[in-house]
Amino acid sequence: MLSPYNYLTTLKESKGMTPQALDVLEHQFHLESHNVFTRYGYWLWQGLHGNLGFSFKYNVPVASLIWERVFNTLLLTGTALVISWGIAIPLGSLAAVKRDTWIDRIVGFVSFFGLSMPIVFLSLVMLLVAAKTGWFPLGQIHDEVNWDRFTALQKVSDTLWHLFLPAIAMGVISMGQYMRQMRGEMIETLSQDYIRTARAKGLSEWRIVFRHAVGNAINPLISLFGISLAYLLAGAVLTETIFSWPGMGQLTFQALQDKDEPLVMASVVLLTLMLVAGSVVSDLLLAFIDPRIRLEGR
Amino acid sequence: MTEPIGDSGSSSSLPPGAVADGLAVLPSDATVEVVSPGGLGLIAPFHFASSPWRAVWSKLRQNKAAMLGLYILATLYALAVIAGFVAPYSYQTQHDQFGFHPPMLTRIHIFDQSGRIARPFVYGIRVVDPIAKGYRGYEEDHTATYPIRLFCHGDKYSILWVVRSDIHLFGVNAPGLIYLFGSDLFGRDTFSRILYGSQISLSVGIVGILISMAIGMLIGGMAGYLGGAVDFVSMRAVEVILALPSLYFILILREAFGSNLSSTQSYLLIVIILSFIGWATEARVIRGMVLSLREQEYVLAAEALGYSRTRIVVKHILPNTLSFVIVTATVSVPFYILGEVALSFLGVGIQEPEASWGNMLSLAEQSAQYLQDFSWILAPGVFIFIAVMAWNFLGDGLRDAADPRSLR
Repeated sequence: MLSPYNYLTTLKESKGMTPQALDVLEHQFHLESHNVFTRYGYWLWQGLHGNLGFSFKYNVPVASLIWERVFNTLLLTGTALVISWGIAIPLGSLAAVKRDTWIDRIVGFVSFFGLSMPIVFLSLVMLLVAAKTGWFPLGQIHDEVNWDRFTALQKVSDTLWHLFLPAIAMGVISMGQYMRQMRGEMIETLSQDYIRTARAKGLSEWRIVFRHAVGNAINPLISLFGISLAYLLAGAVLTETIFSWPGMGQLTFQALQDKDEPLVMASVVLLTLMLVAGSVVSDLLLAFIDPRIRLEGR
Repeated sequence: MTEPIGDSGSSSSLPPGAVADGLAVLPSDATVEVVSPGGLGLIAPFHFASSPWRAVWSKLRQNKAAMLGLYILATLYALAVIAGFVAPYSYQTQHDQFGFHPPMLTRIHIFDQSGRIARPFVYGIRVVDPIAKGYRGYEEDHTATYPIRLFCHGDKYSILWVVRSDIHLFGVNAPGLIYLFGSDLFGRDTFSRILYGSQISLSVGIVGILISMAIGMLIGGMAGYLGGAVDFVSMRAVEVILALPSLYFILILREAFGSNLSSTQSYLLIVIILSFIGWATEARVIRGMVLSLREQEYVLAAEALGYSRTRIVVKHILPNTLSFVIVTATVSVPFYILGEVALSFLGVGIQEPEASWGNMLSLAEQSAQYLQDFSWILAPGVFIFIAVMAWNFLGDGLRDAADPRSLR
């Protein structure tokens, strides 16, 4: 049942391609072998040597296609990450400090909203807002017409303007989980003995929360950092498709539909590397921030 | 990067408290009930008569959000089963001349032309003359009224492949039309398609979680109980699956199977692919539980009786993980629902003319103009949101109710 088609199937059906030309292409792309493992072995060998191959469709090295997209995707997911953590940590702490009040309830509702909102739907709603109000552009990463005439400052502000809605959509989706986590950790921290000591010393509530509690409550969340990057990168396919954001998600999905195998392979490898790097970074960050973990190994 | 999770080897000398992830606090139903301190004073009268399930249920009943979730889900799933009866049209009934008709929910009248109260009715639909009026659209044809009739005949349908009928809960006589939530590009009724779509979108959650729970329990149970090479290999497989960006992996698997599949085939394919990713999380959780359960005396007793390992795992250990498994299952249902939505939205899931909440939304993505002028095509999104929210409420409530540490 495996799909028997490859990139050349469509070319073979089209007119204007001589059998010789097809043959050349077949050898060039190493599609002559129908054994998947042979082809995989060839790809792996080349990949280990830093050669990710040529894109079938665009006929340029895959790496040159991907780099620009990597930057765009990281810009989008990075902003979304900042938004989601920037909202989640203050609100989660606030909910813990004001536990069982109306503030706590509102924050609880907001986090459930974020957890339950499908990214597809929220992105479409954002697009609808842009279409109805006209305040925001309908997708794309920057103004196609005037881009070349912009000054550097205009370029930055134009990109930020285009970035706003997709980043908000992705940020809101991922914030719910961290908000709840932060609230839980904070409640636990506030019941610790050293907080009672700090209160007994007569410190202001403000100082207790920010100086003594937040720093300790945040530690367990740092190990979630890698996972949150993974969710964002994976979810980016949908947001990028809806907002025509020229990122890796859009590129990979298009490549999948075109059966452009080298491109798909390269971008999935790169994404996986980014995920692993994300969790390494969060482990290192945790060790950097939390002396207990840093000193354990000594 | 991270050390291998509980590399216990084949030795059985692991102390029960040494299991990571804090799972050791939930050894089995029996101990949950007996050991759980504090709050027991409140539910003492219940306590002896009740099974652990009863205790969970009585706690769950006090949780308003969880009960709300349960009622919403009961309603949605019941509607999905009897979709054919409740929906006035079939999911593929087209009225091409009436594409993108706005919702009629607010256009059901109870006062007739002369101001007298009448039985609820809708007016006929007339396409406006775009040149004379300057816009394209529809208006009410006041010369034709169509009373809303209950239990009227219409398109044929079947409920669970068994009950075949053509009697619908409500409808209007032809040539009148009733589009409660508006119509789509081909003049198909959005309300009917949402109901039919719920059959697919909601059942994917249940079927998917059942499959991955079965795989997860088997592999996680074996890995936890047998340890050694089985444990090592299966846990490395779990880590590989969890390390891959899931949506990409799903898309690649889906593309590997080509695109000319029948609707049943693509439904099964989606469920299998989602479960293929989903079992990893479940297996890891169950393995952690089994690691602590296998130190219990009853397992020793079963071993002393000479039962086979498979029998001990399947009949003695796994049943004790059940309460926890059910909580995990409830919490992870949204993954399957959202997975189907994502695939169908991207056009590689459920194919037209079959309806699913995901592929109905993909109409909005085709053109920003559709989205702007005909916003009601986003209606399926509201239903996805409600369903996922209800599952989250229920899962959260169940987790609190089954957790002996929660004394709320």
